[in-house]
Amino acid sequence: MKRGTRLGVGERRSAALGIGILAWLVALIWIFPVAWTLLTSFKTEQDAAAQTLHQGLSLGRYSDIGHSTPGTLSLQTAFTNSLVVVLVSTLIVLLLALPAAYALAIRPVHKWRDVLFFFISTKFLPVVASIFPIYVYAEKWNLIGTRTILIILYIAINLPLAVWMTRSFFMEVPRELIEAAEIDGTSILNQLRSVILPIAAPGIAATALLCVIFAWNEYFYALQLNFASGSTMPQWVISNVSTRGNFLAKLSAASIVACLPVVLAGWAAQKRMIRGLSMGALK
Amino acid sequence: MASVQYQDATRLYPGTTKPAVNKLELSIDDGELLVLVGPSGSGKSTALRMLAGLEPLDDGRILIGGKDVSQVAPRARDIAMVFQNYALYPNLDVAQNMGFALKQQGVPKDERARRVKEVAQLLDLEPYLDRKPRNLSGGQRQRVAMGRAIVRHPQVYLMDEPLSNLDAKLRVQTRAELVELQMRLAVTTVYVTHDQVEAMTMGHRVAVLRDGDLQQVDPPSKLYHEPANVFVAGFIGSPAMNMLSVSVDHAVEIAGTQIRIGGLDGGGRGTLGFRPETVVIGAEGPIPARIRLVEDLGSEVFVHLVVDHEGEEHRIVAKVEPPFGGKVDENVRLTLRGTVHLFDAAEARRATVTL
Repeated sequence: MKRGTRLGVGERRSAALGIGILAWLVALIWIFPVAWTLLTSFKTEQDAAAQTLHQGLSLGRYSDIGHSTPGTLSLQTAFTNSLVVVLVSTLIVLLLALPAAYALAIRPVHKWRDVLFFFISTKFLPVVASIFPIYVYAEKWNLIGTRTILIILYIAINLPLAVWMTRSFFMEVPRELIEAAEIDGTSILNQLRSVILPIAAPGIAATALLCVIFAWNEYFYALQLNFASGSTMPQWVISNVSTRGNFLAKLSAASIVACLPVVLAGWAAQKRMIRGLSMGALK
Repeated sequence: MASVQYQDATRLYPGTTKPAVNKLELSIDDGELLVLVGPSGSGKSTALRMLAGLEPLDDGRILIGGKDVSQVAPRARDIAMVFQNYALYPNLDVAQNMGFALKQQGVPKDERARRVKEVAQLLDLEPYLDRKPRNLSGGQRQRVAMGRAIVRHPQVYLMDEPLSNLDAKLRVQTRAELVELQMRLAVTTVYVTHDQVEAMTMGHRVAVLRDGDLQQVDPPSKLYHEPANVFVAGFIGSPAMNMLSVSVDHAVEIAGTQIRIGGLDGGGRGTLGFRPETVVIGAEGPIPARIRLVEDLGSEVFVHLVVDHEGEEHRIVAKVEPPFGGKVDENVRLTLRGTVHLFDAAEARRATVTL
């Protein structure tokens, strides 16, 4: 049997091949640092420092990072802190963003364009510029070194993006569906729960994932406001930098461990996100 | 079940100067199927959405069952609507879609299931109750949308071009089913369509709208035989009524032939309208014409003709019984036999005579 062609009409095989190679090349360049870190994490420190591979690969560095010297930040503490900060902040962001998106997309409030702009305008400010006032108030309210200050900041930082994203996903919900629900007698809360959310679910999953990724990886505020018990994963990764001896392999292992949860979350969310947006809703 | 009254109902969209619906006065009887028809932009959908409560009123009021609902939210109006795109909830199956409104009203689960089943039987939807909308054909989706409205036993059904997404054959079939269903349920129904054939076949009465203004409300046959103005005359009927601009002086002259119309005062210009079936083609007759095109539909034949009227070529259409032997470019003679209408300069109908 003849195989079906993959080429589009009028498309040349060489052009298709060229584009394919280019796509792979770009992808490989992007994955290279990650692959390099992964490989390094399995090496001995000597091999890692010398960029060689004489002593074979092992999981040794991964067991090293498990036990920290007493008095320094442990993986368990940092992981728990990160988990709490990320989950609590993302949850609150969604709880605030969903009604805001409803007010901006489904029933636009007066001057909704301005509201939308105010939200995003907070992103124009360089992070460094905000640290001084934040520090002053955090100290005044005794929040330095706590998870609470990070939760508050991550909510503040993620909320504009979350509002913008959920708004655009809410806009995709067919107008007639909302009207049908209105005529069918739903309250606003029920409309959101039974009609809008199920359709916007993939988009909301994507939004939540972005908030999680940002909060998980945030380093600047965490470093400035939280050098002690409330420290998060990025600081723990850096704590593996040693002043004595080689540490590259151990640092690589720590980096891999730190990014694993986000990669797994992304992989799990991807299936949900790809699912069609509103198939069957309209004609 | 209830009657519906539009009283002076007006909707002006923000940022526009001309109302989408202008001082609409319309009374719909209990159990009546009223069709709102008009070209796109005529305000028919807006009028329906005003009744649904999806569009606010800028003036006037709307009564359902004698009660002013102008300020009442859609959910409290006790109406059900069938949308052009059906607007089925994609995440719910057929049974859940049909029972959705009942669930919102707090109807107990058993009764909900019973009522959904009853309607599903009525609409032949029983085998599909646990399917999601995306796994249904267009016709099935349309029936689910109908079912969702019927289950509720509302005071009024609102239908916004519910058949326009079906293919031609299914549309004709569903049209008849819908008329029977409405007769059986006897629920007041307001039906919006741009299709004059749907309007004529379904409506107990038909309201013709144009640019937000109501032109005429009458039973289909009256609309056809006694159109209020040039617009209604041209909109209702296919092929459209033939229209010729004429001088009125106790008689009118078409293509050089005088036609006496009794009771006409002299003076001014007007429009003479006659339907395709009034044009008789033969070897004899007062009006000379040439055949441009012959459309043979089997059951009837539409003959497109050119007449020389007031020094200009005008196209008119004749509807004749088959078989028709005439050929393109053949010269023939025409006689008008039947009803002709005369409209004044303001396009209102002034006289109707039978020749």
